[in-house]
Amino acid sequence: MSLYYVQKLMYQLNRDPRVRERFEADPESLLQEYELTDEELEAIRKPDIGLLFVLGVNGQLLMHYAAMHRYPWADYIQAMRDGVEEHGKVREGLYAMLEE
Amino acid sequence: MPLVFAGVCSHAPGITGRAHLADAAIRDEFYSHYHRLRGALEASRPDALVVVGAEHFANFFFDNMPAYCIGMADFYEGPIEDEEWLGIQRRRIPGAPDLSKRLIARVMDDCDVAYAQEWKFDHGISVPLHFLTPRYDLPVVPVNINCQEPPLTPLHRTWAFGKALRKACDAAPERIALIGTGGISHWPCTPDSGTVNEAFDRDFLDKFVNNRKDDLLAYTDEEVYREAGHGGFEIRTFIAIAAATEGATGELWFYAPIPIFAVGCTVATMGVQ
Repeated sequence: MSLYYVQKLMYQLNRDPRVRERFEADPESLLQEYELTDEELEAIRKPDIGLLFVLGVNGQLLMHYAAMHRYPWADYIQAMRDGVEEHGKVREGLYAMLEE
Repeated sequence: MPLVFAGVCSHAPGITGRAHLADAAIRDEFYSHYHRLRGALEASRPDALVVVGAEHFANFFFDNMPAYCIGMADFYEGPIEDEEWLGIQRRRIPGAPDLSKRLIARVMDDCDVAYAQEWKFDHGISVPLHFLTPRYDLPVVPVNINCQEPPLTPLHRTWAFGKALRKACDAAPERIALIGTGGISHWPCTPDSGTVNEAFDRDFLDKFVNNRKDDLLAYTDEEVYREAGHGGFEIRTFIAIAAATEGATGELWFYAPIPIFAVGCTVATMGVQ
């Protein structure tokens, strides 16, 4: 698990238009700069918003990644619900804080 | 010059971004209290506005997360979010670098604080400014308390920070207005978005407007997380304002859970005597 790097990617995409342009033009060259597992890479590429939520991505970052992929608000909320249904409860991070 | 104004309000992105999805009557009543707060703020004739907020990874990230940070920039930019998504146009907001520098130096007498000469506002400050300074002609000094992910600054440290900030404001010759902005109970951007614990919020607001320090500082992070969600960590912004106005009480002007805004929408003022 490398939740830190998944969240770092989303932080930088959200904050820096040049990172966003690189992601749109050549996502693979950008993604190789982050320490990501295969599961994380797949969830980012798809994108699988529900799995990203289960992996522990903070919603304050994830909602912008979903918006970047043109998810309407209700679809973003539903994607997280579907993710929990399919992959189980959130594994780490803020939403697992009472589990740790 | 003594602080000229103090208040608190909500900042959730849905307040502007999902305005069209809300019940019009309750939304407009809520907005009318933002406008009332703007009127009171303007009537205090401030030279600068200090906004104590809780930003959401627009500037500060897990590589270097300050517990407290005060802006010291010539100008700020915001909102960082998609303009259409938030319903607020991106723009530059004037800073007050000289005042910032003096406030930071004075706060440092009592508390450690980071400073920043570059800062992009997210909805946490952009939504309040949209209502309170819509002409963007009042210089702003942003203040951030990390309320996003633990470890979080303990509430008694937030109290000390609020006191230090007040002391710094009173020592400056400028007329300074102070606004705190945060949610009370809410579960933003998660499957529980829209849930609000109204009983928790009303109990907290009663402690806040009556400025009951011991009660305000008695919350634990675990209790807040269970009862008020991760968004509840933002009570730190309210607690900083209560500390800055210690000895005074306030008035709750508006409170109502508005689920599509994903927060118990709040507008209140505090005395500054």
